[in-house]
This record gives sequence, C-alpha cells and structure tokens, in this order.
Amino acid sequence: MKYTYILLFFMGWSASAQQLLNGQIKIEESGIEMPIGGANLIWLDTTVGAITNEQGEFEIPMNSNSNQLIISYIGFKTDTLKISTAKKLIHTLLPNTEDVLDEVTITQRRKAIQKSYLEAQNVILVSSEELLKAACCNLSESFETNPSVDVNFADALTGTKQIKMLGLSSPYLLISEENIPMVRGASQIYGLTFTPGTWIQSIQITKGAGSVVNGFESIAGQINTEIQKPSADAPIFVNAYVSLNGRKELNTHFNTKFNEKWSGGSYVHVNQRTQKFDANGDSFLDVPISKQINVLNRWQYTDATKGWVGFASLRFLDDEKQTGSMSFDPLIHKGSRDFWGSEIATQRMDASLKVGYVFPETPYQSFGFQSAYSNHDQESYFGLRAYDIEHKSFFTNLLFNSIISNTKNKFKTGINFSYDSYNEQVDLVNYERRDEVIGAFFEYSYDSLDKLNLTAGIRVDSHNRLGFFVTPRIHVRYNPWERSVLRASVGSGRKVANIFAENQKLFGTNRLIQVSDNGGSVYGLRPERAWNYGVSFRQGFTLFENQGDVTVDFYRTQFEDQVVVDWEQASHIRFYNLEGSSYANSFQLEVDYVPFKNTSLRLAYKNYEVKTTYGTQTLQKPLQPKERFFANFEYRFENEENGSQWKADWTYHFVGAQRLPSNSRDGSGFYSNSYGLLNMQLTRVFSNKFELYLGGENLGNFKQLNPIIGSENPFGTTFDSSLVYAPVFGKMFYAGLRFKLNN
Amino acid sequence: MIMKKIIILLIALAPLVSFTQKKKKDIQKTSFEVAGVCGMCKSRIEKKAFSIKGVKLATWDIPSHQFSVIYDASKVSLEKIHEGIADSGHDTKLATAKDETYNNLPMCCLYDRIVKE
Repeated sequence: MKYTYILLFFMGWSASAQQLLNGQIKIEESGIEMPIGGANLIWLDTTVGAITNEQGEFEIPMNSNSNQLIISYIGFKTDTLKISTAKKLIHTLLPNTEDVLDEVTITQRRKAIQKSYLEAQNVILVSSEELLKAACCNLSESFETNPSVDVNFADALTGTKQIKMLGLSSPYLLISEENIPMVRGASQIYGLTFTPGTWIQSIQITKGAGSVVNGFESIAGQINTEIQKPSADAPIFVNAYVSLNGRKELNTHFNTKFNEKWSGGSYVHVNQRTQKFDANGDSFLDVPISKQINVLNRWQYTDATKGWVGFASLRFLDDEKQTGSMSFDPLIHKGSRDFWGSEIATQRMDASLKVGYVFPETPYQSFGFQSAYSNHDQESYFGLRAYDIEHKSFFTNLLFNSIISNTKNKFKTGINFSYDSYNEQVDLVNYERRDEVIGAFFEYSYDSLDKLNLTAGIRVDSHNRLGFFVTPRIHVRYNPWERSVLRASVGSGRKVANIFAENQKLFGTNRLIQVSDNGGSVYGLRPERAWNYGVSFRQGFTLFENQGDVTVDFYRTQFEDQVVVDWEQASHIRFYNLEGSSYANSFQLEVDYVPFKNTSLRLAYKNYEVKTTYGTQTLQKPLQPKERFFANFEYRFENEENGSQWKADWTYHFVGAQRLPSNSRDGSGFYSNSYGLLNMQLTRVFSNKFELYLGGENLGNFKQLNPIIGSENPFGTTFDSSLVYAPVFGKMFYAGLRFKLNN
Repeated sequence: MIMKKIIILLIALAPLVSFTQKKKKDIQKTSFEVAGVCGMCKSRIEKKAFSIKGVKLATWDIPSHQFSVIYDASKVSLEKIHEGIADSGHDTKLATAKDETYNNLPMCCLYDRIVKE
C-alpha cells in the first residue's frame, strides 16, 4: 500500500510529452496472469523509461528515436516490442526458463512467501501462489504452509481450525480484511472460515506489536487479508473441490470492467458436507455436517490521473453446522435427552466503503477513508446448553499520509471510531453491552535509504469501558552488513475479553461456568493489557551457488492484566482476572533454501513457553505444545512446450507434547503424545486456463482415538469435547479444479 | 459526546494538514538522466538528493538511469539539484562530477562519463 503512491507518481510523470503510450504489464505465474507493479519499460537505445504501478499500468511518451520498447521484470523473460502507434498496450511477460539466452537472465523465481529486507516491521507477505499450495478452502486453512502461524485442531464440536501466533490464540491478533478489523467479537471463533480461499489475493502477517493505524487491539500480531480486486481478477473463475471426508465446495468469480474507471465483481462460495462419519466408533460425528453460502459483491473505481480510488463491498453469509451423536435428528431430538446434538446457525452481513485520494502533484500526500458495518447473528445450542450472540459493529477511519520535509520522513495520522453492540444469551443468562471508542493516531517513519528504518507510532483512545489510554509502538530495522537484517519492536495492546464468544468450545462440555466478578467493566472483569517485545535477525546466504536465508526470532508477550480462562478443574470453567504472572515466549528458527533449481525448501523449529498463573500454580497453557517443527518442500517440473506443468508440494508438521488439564480420561499431569502430520499436493497445470489438483492430508493417518470425554454419557458431568489435541479424522484425500477465462 | 470528541480531534489535526498543503504552486516535478550503474549508485544519488534542502521526493531507476524528483522551487532551483548530484560523483547533462570524486567511486559504480551539453 505504502508504495502505491510512489508508483502512482510515475504514472503522471511525462505529462508534458506530446503523445503517450499507455497500457498494462502482466506476468504469468503458475498459469495465472496477474498485473505486476515495478516492471521496467525503456525505449531501446534511449534513456526514456517508465515503471508500472501496483495495477501493472504505465504511461510512457512515444519516442522519435526508437520504436522498440524493452519490457523487463526480474525473473521473467525480457521482451522487446515494436511499437508504431500509441495504441493501448497490454503485454504479458513469461517466466524465465533456463535456456533463454539473455544478457540479464536471472533464473530466480519470485518467492511465494516474501519477507522484506526493507520494512521496519516484521511483515511476511503470502501471495496467492502460496495459497494454492494447500488448496483448501478458507482463511483458517491458508496458513498450513506458513511457519509463522500455527494451525491447531479444534474441538470435535465445530471442526473449525483455530490459529495461533507467538503462542497466543486468535483473539490476541488483529485480523483485518483490507485493513478493516474483521475477525473479532462474535466472529472470533468461526470468522476465519467465513473468507473463502479463492477470494484471497494476498495475506500480510505482522509479527509483534504492529502498526497503531488499525487500532489498539493487536497484542501478538496482525493478519491482514487483501481480497481479489475486480479490475485485476480474471473475468470468469471457477473452482470446485471435493474431499473424501464429504466436503464439497464451489467458488465462482465473475468480474466485469464497465469502462476505464469502473469495474465490478460477484463472488459466490457454497460448501456443504452431508455425509456422516464416525470412524472411531464413539457414536459421535468425527466432523460436523455443514453448509455455507457466502456472496460478495464489490465495485471498484479507479481514476489514476486524478488520484481517486474507491471500493464498495456488500456481503452476505449463511452458515449452518450440525454435530453430536450420529443418531441425532434436530427435528426430533432437539432439547431432549435422547441423543446429544448441536446446531450452530450464523447469518452475517458486511458492508464497507473505502475511498482514497492521492494528490496528483504531490503523490506522497494522500487521504484515505474507510467505513464498515457488520451484523453478525449466531444462534446455537449444544445438548441442553444454548448460546446466542448478536453483534452489530460499525467502524470508520480517516487517514492522512504525508511527509516531513522529504520522503525520508513520512507520517500517517488520523482518527477512528468504532461502535459495537452485543446481545448474548448464555444458557439462561442474558448479557447486553455497547462499546464505543474514539481514537487518534500518529505514526512517523524514517528511512535512511540504506541501513536504517524506524517506525514509531502512538495512539490515544477514549473507550467507554477501557477508559482513556495511550498505546505506543516502535519498530526498528537495521542492516548491520550485507544481506542481513536486524529488527526490534516494542508495543502495547489492550482488548476487551469476549469470554463466551472466544471460548465457545466450553458449550461442548458440561462444565459449570464461573465468572469471578470483581466489578470490572466487562462481565465484571477488567480488560486485558499486554506488552510485546521482539527481536529478529535474518541472514541471507549462498550455498552451492543457491540462495537461502536463516531467520531467528524471539518474541515475548507480557500480560499486565488478563482474563484467565481456567480449565484446570474438570467440572468447571472459570474466568477471573490474572493474579500472578502470564507471559508467552516464542522462539523460532527458520531456514529457507533453494537446494536445486525448481525446488524450494522451508524448515522451521519453534519453541513456546506460554505460562499463566492458575490459582496457585503457574503452568503452561493447556493444549499448547512446547515444540513444533515445520517443513515444506516444493518441486516445479519444467514447463512443457504447450505450457503445461506438474507441481508438487509436501508439508510436514511435528507437534510436540501438549499439557492437558486434569480430566476423567487422562487423569492429572497428563501430556499428549507428540505426533507428525504429512500433507501432499500434486497440481497439473494444463494451460493458463485450466488446472487440476489432488492432495492428501495426514498421510501418516495419525488420530486421537477418544477425542470426546464421557461420550457414553453426554448429559453426565464428565462430558467434555474440548480436550482435543490431534486430528479426529485420519488420512484424507481431496481433488479439485480451477478454470479461468482470461481477458 | 462522541461528536464533540471528533470535532476536537479534527481541529487538532487541521494545522498539520494545512501545514503540509501550503505553497503548493511552488512544487515542481521533473525527471532527467543521471549516470550510474548499480544499487550502490542508487543509494548514493538518492541520499545526496535528499540532503538538498527543498527536495521532497527523489528516486533513481537503475535500468533507465532516470532520476525523478519533486522539489519546492521556492527553496531550490533545478540547477542546484543537478550540481548537488554531480557533487556526489554522478554526471548529469547539466553538471559534471569532479574527476577526483568520480575516480574515488567504488569499481562497480564507474559509469561511462557524460559529455556536458
């Protein structure tokens, strides 16, 4: 985003020239064409050139000395085109293959995960190519091939995979969609499954405190998702997926370019699972049966010469899940003790509007305005327990970007306002509340142009429950020597703990809920406050003439106040404010390397110490492995002559022993077995229009045999479906296709 | 209550915005060729350009050798920018670097000299 303005700036560059050639440069990668920013254009034997902006668009004056235009982009074949008239030019660069004789041949594939050497924040960009490596299915599953985010196994109840970063679960992350906070409040548990994978253009993961611009709620990190843009996405895209555990998915995208300025897109996602499975014979479903309809409509307005950009989006979601006993029929058994069953029905509506303006004369200055409204309505029951939540949310943000004296010193400043109203029904108790917050922020960034970058941000907020407070955050990047980068960050964050929405798996147990009201402002509890400190070091290296890098990072999150979720006593779940200490230390060692041409290897070791004082003892968080190991290997077969290609990916996760709170199945002081999971996917690209993929998950067939405690007596006191530490479903195969109609 | 806070914040931010908006008519942008070779040249040229008072934005593109600049004409003239860049050892069509400075550039930065027009 940051570079958009600089790149846009090149667009109007040669405005004084007589005749302009304009157009768009795209690259073809994995059979997919996409516009590329930063491609170079230059007239042969002249010094007149241009660079494409983020949408791949360019403008270059026609040149009387040359009619040959050279178009280049690192890692792609350089093309020279003969241009006789200033007609609009749309050109696609093809990937560099080895046998091309070219003086600037650099056989380097653009990495699917890019880690910046230049940004002050520890930002990891995940491209849409990376997302294709594990082709399933929604945002919660998009992190399977990324070591910075841990994907955990959810309870057997919801079948939803939860994510963790730096040892902390998703409520401690700020998860936004195009910088509008998205997965929060009522959608905390299921929200990641509400963004279909094919809608995602890219994901930015920030480890540590992050920017102050999007709010004070991030504690361990930020995850921002960019959704497909109607102007850049293919006119027609179809994806179908089917798996042997009964899941079927269909995604369709339709994009239309109405004229130079307006384009629109309609994206529809449906999924369902109707088949019931009980492989472990506990009479409970191994995975819920479910269906979801998700529709997104968006309009895009771009007027690059005047500097205006706008997006309007409207989205509806209907999601239903049913789980519990194999014999449970909701029409007959709901509310009875005959069979234990559960249904979760969610309806959600999202509307958002974004407008950006870049001053054409001074492209380093811009305004941004965002506004979003959502209505989330979940109705659910779990055996004889019930949980309903209705959450209405409004968010608006006004942002101004500019410089102090020159572009080495930039700043962002602005205000935001958000309003949330919650209405919850927890068994027989009703909770209602409204949260209002208004805040202002200022973030300064300094770029020395070589070794040093610094981003320092501060925000002040006035919240009806958290009071008035200041949130400072600082990030520094320094290059001590060649191909190395040292980063450090410090920052604070706060949040309201939505104890029921964040811990919905408690309803899949017969534990008694106990909230230790101490007069705090939310459920009688004080809000959560924490500091996050991090250091990270990366060194690039060349081994056997191939490139790689090693990254070591250490982050510590120290809670000053926390709402402790205490599962330690088998019959209860208790919520109380922290008395004692709570921290999460996370260490990660990662190696990325290209062992041979057309391959890529990523290895990571992670160590977590996540400890909280529960009553009198300070213990590792339950279900938090102390160690994890990750490996991903990809192989790209040589492109065949007709453009077809084979691709293969392997991903391995090792999950160390996890502590379980004492319970009737495992006794006390129990640690789960460690285990490994191997996934593989094979993709056959037939052309840039069509590809097929086939994959397998958990090929070693590891599963937890008795995931549900007390399944024989689900209305008894010991019943507990929350203590799941491994996959319930064994090995699983899937297949899918992608069809795309290009321009 | 909330409205009042918004208004106070807007008032607080207003001077910042107006400060950055002043003298917009003096803001000029142009581009010209600067001789150079590599990433080290890019860093040297851009750093030098930013050290000139009145230069708002400066980028040098490695393949095309185009130097693009936005500057405040009330604070600095285009000639001064050419001279400043030549000071760092890089020739432009309007200003030539001193031989001594040129000769002291690292090996990889030794570009073909430009003959002054």
